[in-house]
Amino acid sequence: MTTNATATGIDAHDRVEVTVTVNGVPRSSQVQPRRLLSDFLRHDLRLTGTHVGCEHGVCGACTVLLDGAPVRSCLTFAVSVDGHELTTIEGLAAADGGLHPVQQAFRDHHGLQCGFCTPGFVVSACGFLAEHPDPDDEQIREGMAGNLCRCTGYTGILGAVRQAADELRATGDDPRQRTRDGATASGEEVSS
Amino acid sequence: MTTSLLGAPVARSEDPRLLRGEGRFVDDLGHDAFEVAVVRSPHAHARIVDIDLGDALEVDGLISVYTFDDLPERLREPLPLLIPHPSLTAGRTQHVLADGEVNHVGEAVALVVAEDRYAAEDAAERIMVDYDPLPAVVGPERALQADQAVHDDIADNVAAHLEQEIGDARAAIADAAHRLSFRLDIERSASTPMETRGTYARWDADDQRLRLYSSTQAPTSVRAAVAAYLGLDLAQVECIAPDIGGGFGVKIMHPWPEEILVPWVARELGHDVKFTEDRREHFVSANHERAQVHQVEVGFDDEGRVLGLDVEFVHDHGAYIPYGLIVPIITSTQLIGPYKLENYRVTFDSVYTNTTPVTPYRGAGRPQGCFVMERTIDRIAAHLGRDRTEVRAANFLQPEELPYDFGLVFQDGRAYRYDSGDFPGSLSKLKELIDWDGFAARKAAAAAEGRLLGIGLAAYVEGTGVGPYEGGHVLVEPNGSVQVSTGLSSQGQGHQTAFAQIAAEELGVDLADVKVVTGDTRRFPYAVGTFASRAAVMSGNAIHLAARKVREKALRIASEALEVDAEDLELADGKVRVKGSPDTSIDLNVVATMSNPLRYAFDEAARIATQFTQPGDPNAPPVAEGEAPGLEATDYYSPIHSTFANGMHAVEVEVDPDTSDVRIGRYAVVHDCGTLVNPRIVEGQIFGGVAQGVGGALYERMAYDEHGQLQNASFMDFLMPYATEVPRVDVDHLETPSPLNPLGIKGAGEAGVIPGAAAIAAAIEDATGVVIDAMPISPSQLHARRLDAASTT
Amino acid sequence: MKPPAFAYHAPRTTDEALATLGELGDDAKVLAGGQSLVPLLNMRLAAPAALVDLAHLDGLDAIEVSDDRVRVEARVTHERLRRHPAATDAVPLLREALDWVAHPVIRNRGTALGSIVHADPAAELPAVLSLLGGQVELATSGGTRTAAADDYLLGPLESDTRPGELATALVLPRPGVRTGAAFDELSRRHGDYALAGVAVTVTLDADLAVATARAAFIGVGATPVRVDLTDSLSGQAHDALAPADAVGLARDVIEPTDDIHATADYRRHLAGVLLERALTTAAGRAAAGGTA
Repeated sequence: MTTNATATGIDAHDRVEVTVTVNGVPRSSQVQPRRLLSDFLRHDLRLTGTHVGCEHGVCGACTVLLDGAPVRSCLTFAVSVDGHELTTIEGLAAADGGLHPVQQAFRDHHGLQCGFCTPGFVVSACGFLAEHPDPDDEQIREGMAGNLCRCTGYTGILGAVRQAADELRATGDDPRQRTRDGATASGEEVSS
Repeated sequence: MTTSLLGAPVARSEDPRLLRGEGRFVDDLGHDAFEVAVVRSPHAHARIVDIDLGDALEVDGLISVYTFDDLPERLREPLPLLIPHPSLTAGRTQHVLADGEVNHVGEAVALVVAEDRYAAEDAAERIMVDYDPLPAVVGPERALQADQAVHDDIADNVAAHLEQEIGDARAAIADAAHRLSFRLDIERSASTPMETRGTYARWDADDQRLRLYSSTQAPTSVRAAVAAYLGLDLAQVECIAPDIGGGFGVKIMHPWPEEILVPWVARELGHDVKFTEDRREHFVSANHERAQVHQVEVGFDDEGRVLGLDVEFVHDHGAYIPYGLIVPIITSTQLIGPYKLENYRVTFDSVYTNTTPVTPYRGAGRPQGCFVMERTIDRIAAHLGRDRTEVRAANFLQPEELPYDFGLVFQDGRAYRYDSGDFPGSLSKLKELIDWDGFAARKAAAAAEGRLLGIGLAAYVEGTGVGPYEGGHVLVEPNGSVQVSTGLSSQGQGHQTAFAQIAAEELGVDLADVKVVTGDTRRFPYAVGTFASRAAVMSGNAIHLAARKVREKALRIASEALEVDAEDLELADGKVRVKGSPDTSIDLNVVATMSNPLRYAFDEAARIATQFTQPGDPNAPPVAEGEAPGLEATDYYSPIHSTFANGMHAVEVEVDPDTSDVRIGRYAVVHDCGTLVNPRIVEGQIFGGVAQGVGGALYERMAYDEHGQLQNASFMDFLMPYATEVPRVDVDHLETPSPLNPLGIKGAGEAGVIPGAAAIAAAIEDATGVVIDAMPISPSQLHARRLDAASTT
Repeated sequence: MKPPAFAYHAPRTTDEALATLGELGDDAKVLAGGQSLVPLLNMRLAAPAALVDLAHLDGLDAIEVSDDRVRVEARVTHERLRRHPAATDAVPLLREALDWVAHPVIRNRGTALGSIVHADPAAELPAVLSLLGGQVELATSGGTRTAAADDYLLGPLESDTRPGELATALVLPRPGVRTGAAFDELSRRHGDYALAGVAVTVTLDADLAVATARAAFIGVGATPVRVDLTDSLSGQAHDALAPADAVGLARDVIEPTDDIHATADYRRHLAGVLLERALTTAAGRAAAGGTA
């Protein structure tokens, strides 16, 4: 049996249709009520950029924007966000591959090594910068303190968020919006 | 040549893909695979009386369940003891599924396969295992009491006893003007990469071939293990380490039970199967490290020179010892650090406990050794009332004494011989970087405000780049792309970028044209693995050597085509050109095309190449003897012994006088890893290592209770530092190139973590006046020590 | 770490929610922000037969600030409340306490009332509720009731939410004149649950001497531990507090325990240190006009 997520009374093993707008595109899938949003994104919608590091809400690797605010997708059920808008790491770079200012800043500052925690940091940073367009360094440190990274020691990450804050403030762009084609270098150049 | 690529801080070519969310980690693959859950022991030590599947079989989506009794004969054998040692007389390793007895919480007991992980967990929790609990042995000293045995047939719990000595340490100590004796303690921690373990297997019944994706630091060895256990030819098995979300040592362990079980089940079921470890499992079923207790005796003179050092320690290797004695051997040798020890005796017992096994975690025994040596030097300085930097300087090996052979045997079974370094030079850089001489004034000013400041430092030498070998393959394609591969895998170290720099430098091509593949046995089947800070040294030099061969071949071909002496040619800008007249040249891709006698004119390069073709000698074969088609080469780098990187850290801390909470102020690093291929990547390694050092000093411990239950198996209670806990780090480099390899590289991967606990302990001791002899230390523990100290003085 | 299967109910109205909860009784758990509940589900430490999700409910999302109180309904997140100037001006302690709650991303989804219902003894908001003498409003399909903080917070992870009931709002009284408040805690990492923490209010008399003082401690008992410190402090000048008696009293009353992060002795010591600091801050704020 399948039914709409917001109807009342879905049996535990029944599947229910969940429709969300992800990165501007409506997407649907049939899931059990217990399906975590992280698994829904990764395995049902095959948007594997959102990573799962702990499944108890501490590491932040699974962070996505829900109606513009960063949340843990591992602590959210897909059925709970039926009808809502999500932005994932796949929704930030331009269609031509050009990196989002936050992504470019992470590259410029060596803010990633293995890249596993990176989508969570980038998405968290976008949410943070939307709320704090002119942060001081201490606010950046605290703003990024809900995400764990085992590789970088956070040095490059904090530098990246500083750069992105300054750039986004100069352009006035909403950090949660997809970058426009041609707005940044493709990100494939290899230079220092 | 234009400016050198070696040493340039180029941005990483890995990044754009990873930043866009286009990484390819194991769990990003195989969406339609069956998923497994592992039933794990809730007991630290128990016999398995019975396993009752109960109503697990009724779970919707269940495919199958396996216990030890369901395994074929080969899979019932214990997993291999990877690194034997003559002193390892009582080695035990685990089974892929427990054979009647479990020896740690988290040991695999049964395997559940289901349509997805949700269903697999539903079934796993319904399986009833009847255990007969046995007393648990927890902690190295409890193990040595030997009143309970982990393994019935090893009554003393000792797997190995090893002793090494240079000179006569005990006699030297007895004769010394000053003697000290004390105990030091380092607790357990673990790598905890952000990506847990994972393995995904695809069995192709038509081709009779297995493809395995695994989050491993040793894909070639996983491949060999799987082939052996599954009775397949190596030719039937390919193992790929795709993007890996960090390793830090834990993923050098292989084969994990799941790395054998998952491909076996995939073949049995004729269906893709995937294992993605969850975080709670990772805490108990993926290996740990550190955990040693040391007893130190030292004799020294009035200047603080160590005349004799005698260290006896116990190494807790957990329930099994698959990785041999690597960690305690490293501790016992690397403990020496940058000091000239002529009378040194070290012994250790490696003991079983009913806890998760211990295999290397970044630093691999070195943080413990560094803690012991550096705390010893600090005690000497305190005893003599001398400055801690002076006592270090009095003990340093001098640059002109290097290379220096200590007469000890290192982890690779080869000579413990420092190749290069300048320890006094490093110390003077460090003192400047942290303003060591200005600290007394800072401390006094803080004290006037009722604040407690302290400063500490620690030095280390790190054997890096151990053998036996790595290889590299370099191929120039007719389209001009340069394909580079090496067998070891990457966990975030920027290998794609650094290896491309090395190849591009040798071949005079654009960095963007170089494509590097690591950790894919389809591309390079021979490798050892990514550990011991060895990738840049080993694969870096192998790729350099392979690229050099390609360069020589390109020069040879171009020399004939242009009728110019090879010595008058150079590779630059993607061309082979005449030195001094750059207009006379052949594009490198044309040379690549010419290297193959068969060249259909599929593209422009083939058409150009035909212009250069000499009418061949009709009496000679088209491929000359000793030649091969293609502009490519493979080479290997195999060193006589390890390189030795070194460095020193200094740290300033502030201790809250009321709460004993520790805050780190300045943190300075001076680092010598020989030639820097990419300083940006090296600094990233240092920053990350320092964060792990801070974790190991102040936050991270595996907290077992006396029953062998891990009490903090979550990120809520295992306190990996966030950005708010990690200090800003100032780094200075010293480059003393290694004479052992063509590029002069030493490794950098582990260095950052090694001296953290020692330096921070010293700083806390300096701030509080309380002797710090154990790490990590929490505010609660520090408070108790300060109370004790206050009540005894 | 996948949650066990549960039946799912997503009521659109409060009445529908109450009807569903009434029908399901003991079998149902309410899902609000989920930041405490979902980890327990993922670890399979809880396995309710059904969840009643407030995510799709219209209503129960008001923050009401009146002359004498602040009322916060069930669906209001920590972060929304933290950024509500009228509410945090009315009860300045709220803002300071909310700053200590976890990390911003958790605050974006976790609800203020949910953290009180969850009743973690180391959580901040239950202590605020207890200290200020706040109340929790609860409803069933048959009616409503109001529970005082002390009656509602029963023990660790145990609140008096009865089968079929929905906690609909928390109510905090506004502090009176010349009252200052402060919250201080120490956690191992920024954003972790506190090793110990304390919320205090200090009310001064017309001469700016202490009239009343109260504290509520977290992490040192089964519930927030409220201690009336008035006898120890009354009459002391706001800028010359001698808090030794108050600290001694508090250290006697609290009941900390050992765990892997700290000993009971340390927590007892720490609670006193934090109390002393918070009292000084709160008294200063009271003298400055009662803002936190």
